[in-house]
Amino acid sequence: MTTVEYFFIYFAVSMVFLSLLIITVKNPVHSILLMLVLFFHIAGLYLFLNAEFLAAVQVILYAGAILVLFLFVIMMLNLKEELVSHRFIGEWPVGVAIGLSISLFCIFAISHFQIKYEGNMTIEIIKTLTNTKALGKILYTEFLLPFEIASIILLIAIVGAIVLAKKEQS
Amino acid sequence: MVPLNWYLYLSSVIFVIGVVGFLIRRNLIIMFMSIELMLNAVNISLIAFSHYIQDLKGQIMVFFIITVAAAEAAIGLAILVALFRNKNSINTDDIAIMKG
Repeated sequence: MTTVEYFFIYFAVSMVFLSLLIITVKNPVHSILLMLVLFFHIAGLYLFLNAEFLAAVQVILYAGAILVLFLFVIMMLNLKEELVSHRFIGEWPVGVAIGLSISLFCIFAISHFQIKYEGNMTIEIIKTLTNTKALGKILYTEFLLPFEIASIILLIAIVGAIVLAKKEQS
Repeated sequence: MVPLNWYLYLSSVIFVIGVVGFLIRRNLIIMFMSIELMLNAVNISLIAFSHYIQDLKGQIMVFFIITVAAAEAAIGLAILVALFRNKNSINTDDIAIMKG
């Protein structure tokens, strides 16, 4: 066992534990704060995989923007009565059974998995280019059209969120 | 060197936890957070693939997934606010007007 493997095991165990806590704790604010810790762990895992830019994006966008949005909405809603009512639906064993069957399928599929393809972006090329530059070169040439479509999706999301959350004037 | 399969097992376990959380909770906010959990699990597996296959296209895919996740969170929370204004609750049991 090398040091990297010990680190991976720490990250994996704490991530699984945190995500189990997220779906089981009573208070939604606690589960959002646990999710913050989980997103930092995921960013750390990205650093293992040489995706420094995406680790930064994960922290800025997920932990900084999306979770703050969730927190704002929870604080705007009055959730006093949510805390006393039952957390889970009555048929929760069905959900757990569906999850277990999906995980069995995944474990069976992954245990027979082998890599048969090798790309040309080796770690040496990325080291000379830096990760951000290599990503940008692909994003702005090969994936230019999807990039523009993504910006339109964000614009529609902004307009839609305003229209949906606006109070109707009567 | 950590083998690729470990990352895939980790990502599938987190994905399944997200699925179970979506199915068994009553609170709509926790259900949205389960969706975020599932998207993050997919992101982990895509970045692991992109590292081990030595191709950066997986990381580009993660960009677009993060974009869609941000749009989805904004729209979903706006729906949540509108729903709370009309029904005064975000429990899934109270939103049964379509007899679902």
